[in-house]
Amino acid sequence: MNREITVNVCMGTGGIAAGGEQVMKALKQEFEAAGIKNAKIMENCKLHKVGCRGFCARDVLVDVTIDGETSTYQYIEEKMVKRLVQDHVVGGKPITEWLVGDDYHTFHEKQTKIVLHDLGKIDPESIDEYLGVDGYKAAQKVVAEMTPEEVIKTIKDSGLRGRGGGGFPAGVKWAFCAANESDQRYIICNADEGDPGAFMDRSVIEGNPHAVIEGMIIGAYAIGSSLGYVYIRAEYPLAVDRLHTALNAARERGYLGEKLFGTDFNFDIKVKLGAGAFVCGEETALIASIEGERGMPRAKPPFPANKGLWGKPTIINNVETFANVPPIINKGADWFASIGSEKSKGTKVIALTGKIRNTGLIEIPMGMTLKEIIYDIGGGIEGDKLFKAVQTGGPSGGCIPQQYIDLPVHYEGLQSVGSMMGSGGMVVLDETDCMVAIAKFFLTFTQEESCGKCVPCRIGTKRLLEILTRITEGEGRKGDIELLQQLAEDVRDSSLCGLGMSAPNPVISTIKYFRHEYEAHINQKKCPSKTCNKLLTFFIREHQCVGCGMCIRACAVNAITGEKKQPHHIDQDKCIKCGSCFDACKFNAVLKE
Amino acid sequence: MITLTIDNKTVEVVKGSTVLEAAKKLKIDIPTLCYDSRMKPHGACRLCIVEIEGMRRPVTSCTTPAEQGMAVTTTSAHLERLRKTTVELLLSDHPNDCMVCIRAGSCTLQELAYKYGIRENRFGGAMRDHNRVDENPFIMREQNKCVLCGLCVRVCEEVQGVSAIGYAGRGFEAKICSPFEHDLNCEFCGQCVSVCPTGALSAKMWAGHPRHEGVELTETTCTYCGCGCNITLHSLGNEITRVSSRTDNHNRGWLCVKGRFGYEFINSEDRLTTPLIRREKGGALEPASWEEAISLVVDKFSAIKEKHGADALGGLASARCTNEENYMFQKLFRSAIGTNNVDHCARY
Ligand SMILES: Cc1cc2nc3c(=O)[nH]c(=O)nc-3n(C[C@H](O)[C@H](O)[C@H](O)COP(=O)(O)O)c2cc1C
Ligand code: SF4
Ligand code: SF4
Ligand code: SF4
Repeated sequence: MNREITVNVCMGTGGIAAGGEQVMKALKQEFEAAGIKNAKIMENCKLHKVGCRGFCARDVLVDVTIDGETSTYQYIEEKMVKRLVQDHVVGGKPITEWLVGDDYHTFHEKQTKIVLHDLGKIDPESIDEYLGVDGYKAAQKVVAEMTPEEVIKTIKDSGLRGRGGGGFPAGVKWAFCAANESDQRYIICNADEGDPGAFMDRSVIEGNPHAVIEGMIIGAYAIGSSLGYVYIRAEYPLAVDRLHTALNAARERGYLGEKLFGTDFNFDIKVKLGAGAFVCGEETALIASIEGERGMPRAKPPFPANKGLWGKPTIINNVETFANVPPIINKGADWFASIGSEKSKGTKVIALTGKIRNTGLIEIPMGMTLKEIIYDIGGGIEGDKLFKAVQTGGPSGGCIPQQYIDLPVHYEGLQSVGSMMGSGGMVVLDETDCMVAIAKFFLTFTQEESCGKCVPCRIGTKRLLEILTRITEGEGRKGDIELLQQLAEDVRDSSLCGLGMSAPNPVISTIKYFRHEYEAHINQKKCPSKTCNKLLTFFIREHQCVGCGMCIRACAVNAITGEKKQPHHIDQDKCIKCGSCFDACKFNAVLKE
Repeated sequence: MITLTIDNKTVEVVKGSTVLEAAKKLKIDIPTLCYDSRMKPHGACRLCIVEIEGMRRPVTSCTTPAEQGMAVTTTSAHLERLRKTTVELLLSDHPNDCMVCIRAGSCTLQELAYKYGIRENRFGGAMRDHNRVDENPFIMREQNKCVLCGLCVRVCEEVQGVSAIGYAGRGFEAKICSPFEHDLNCEFCGQCVSVCPTGALSAKMWAGHPRHEGVELTETTCTYCGCGCNITLHSLGNEITRVSSRTDNHNRGWLCVKGRFGYEFINSEDRLTTPLIRREKGGALEPASWEEAISLVVDKFSAIKEKHGADALGGLASARCTNEENYMFQKLFRSAIGTNNVDHCARY
């Protein structure tokens, strides 16, 4: 019995959060207990730490491959491991009720994976596994066989655009930078990723750090840089660890340092930890932060490509942008340009979250419609509620209503309806989401994250937030919608950096498409989605109430009274509308209206 | 040289000039709050925005380099709307304190409010509360009046090279403070006070004196050292109430702590106004005329030289003298008295 056994455990952040470490530990124990080690089949049995494969909603995901036959299990917990090893590995019988269903396969089949291609397949802590999937082949080819001009031309021809938000053509930016006379040029990888709910870049670095490093080596060669930085937020400890591991391994193999691949080209990468300010993702603020200054943006021009870090020409690209570079070199510009749409080439990694069945990390060819993303890949709306809107681009983006469900997702598509690609966040909203509250949520974020340098953003976002807050609290005034619109436009048009310029987008787009919700809040003092508690009345339906007393215990202000087993009652004068009773009642007796 | 047009007027400027500098050359007035030609542009107040042909959105003229053939528009309905909103936003977070503010009448924000005629504000709301008593001896801080122009931070770093203050906090709560919000403990040159466009920074010793009414301005030269900084004395009758310095002089408005704040001696009771002579051993010092005092020194010096030789005398000149005065001083000792015993206090 000399079977080849591989067990893959999802150990990305999602996997670890769902208990991946414990599952790993249990697996090791169970293998030992089952005597698989003694049976001398350990050599073929790899316990494999794999990065994110994107289907975080089903974590912990475990693949068991026996002699090339793979079964994928979902929702695996520590206590299930014993049976898994016993029945499947020892007994040879997969446990069908724990296996992933068809939707798991559609989830993957609909996607086109370039950046995520090797995520979940290779061990991010092993450079040999990366080499096994053609790793560093592109860098070697570039450094040993191509001129910088050829590299830049290839990237230009591929049509690769920046994945960090702006969508600026990467090759054009590289050419601008290379054209500057200078004794030094710098290359920076922007891994700050501060949008709430975004985890694309983090997953890429956690799951395939070498691809990013390789992309940077190629970029450095193209612009003539000997020093690069990865600016990564300190809140990503796993990504930081894996990045360091990868950098060290690359240095040991001579892929970083001096005389790369036996040529005269020198290049190394430093890691700079960010302290978690959203604005430090903005390129000029990021540069200030690396220089040891407070992370505050400065006006452009001059652009970093002309005057960046320490005043030298500097390229800043996003993690995903760099990760696209090696495949482009390996497979050619034409191959890349054949994927996607006319103006947006290639794929986009998207963090799909919100009221959707299959949340997770996905990669789609540019131009796929919202419908395909939400229904085919995302599996539709959770709990069969009605789809209302999708928010793209994080706090800088906008809300796209149902009527645009067939909209192709690419830079120009999203922009045409007042939203943007941003870094690729996609939050699906259903009928229970209040659009005013959504706008307020994002403004709360941008206001706190504004650096405070310029007036429209520092004070303007505060005033926008105040107006939104009063609307959600039933204090909205006549004229507030117009005031919001005017101020939102002014903040957009006069702020210094992208944060302030885009912060009003959630307000502008929700007013544009969901004005009636604003009107209902202001004129009728009603929240149509029943989200804004201050506008709701909570009461108990006598015929539904069994008198269990759960609500009494949940109410912090003692507004609920009632004898045991008798219908309870809410004193409206005392009620602070926190909604705790609504959440506490198991019998649907509490009603909000 | 670069040629561009601003509001349809053509202007030629040297390469490296900003659009704002070009506009100034044409005497076109563009409102600013965070701009000071003596420091690097900052682009924070967003008032100096202009439209430039071919650019998608308004840009700040203070940060944008002028380019050959640029076509700039400095005023339009859209620009004025944006500027007005900006001023209104600033005022929505500014104490309505002009009546008693030390800067009334010389405050850039007040001037802007007047210019844009802002009586009612569309954006009432929360206001910051950053005022705290700073126990330092010179500088009065009223941080609720700060517009975060950053001029104080920049002058302290770029001009004074001290970096005693910086930013803290984010968003609406961003503010200027010293490290760890300790009391200010710096050189107290007051450069920051001199550039603050509002009443956020002033001098403690200015408080209570008239702001403008009855105040006479006298251009003069600081007597503290040989640099001879130009200063402006603000006086009420015979009393000096403030020292300032114009930006168009050779010291460009910059002063040190003594020149800016060390003026109280002028009206001090202890100040010497005539020479004093102790006529009897053990007696009191008595006022004398300059004639008498100088004659006395001449007599004594001559007597010492006669008895002990010229090298028994020595001279120590003051850093408060100019080069010319110091030259005359050593000439006096070397040629007239005949000794090389001459030195200068700045060597110690
Ligand atoms: C407020 C703000 C936050 C940003 N955050 C990020 C970020 O976290 N990661 C990123 O790659 N780009 C971010 N950007 C965009 C960068 O400024 C820059 O355009 C980008 O890194 C360029 O890389 P790309 O061309 O590869 O997209 C941010 C921009 C703004 C205005
Ligand atoms: S727009 Fe906001 S984040 Fe950007 S510089 Fe202005 S205050 Fe800072
Ligand atoms: S007084 Fe001078 S040293 Fe002190 S903070 Fe102001 S500019 Fe800086
Ligand atoms: S204290 Fe004065 S100079 Fe300093 S930032 Fe505030 S307003 Fe500007």
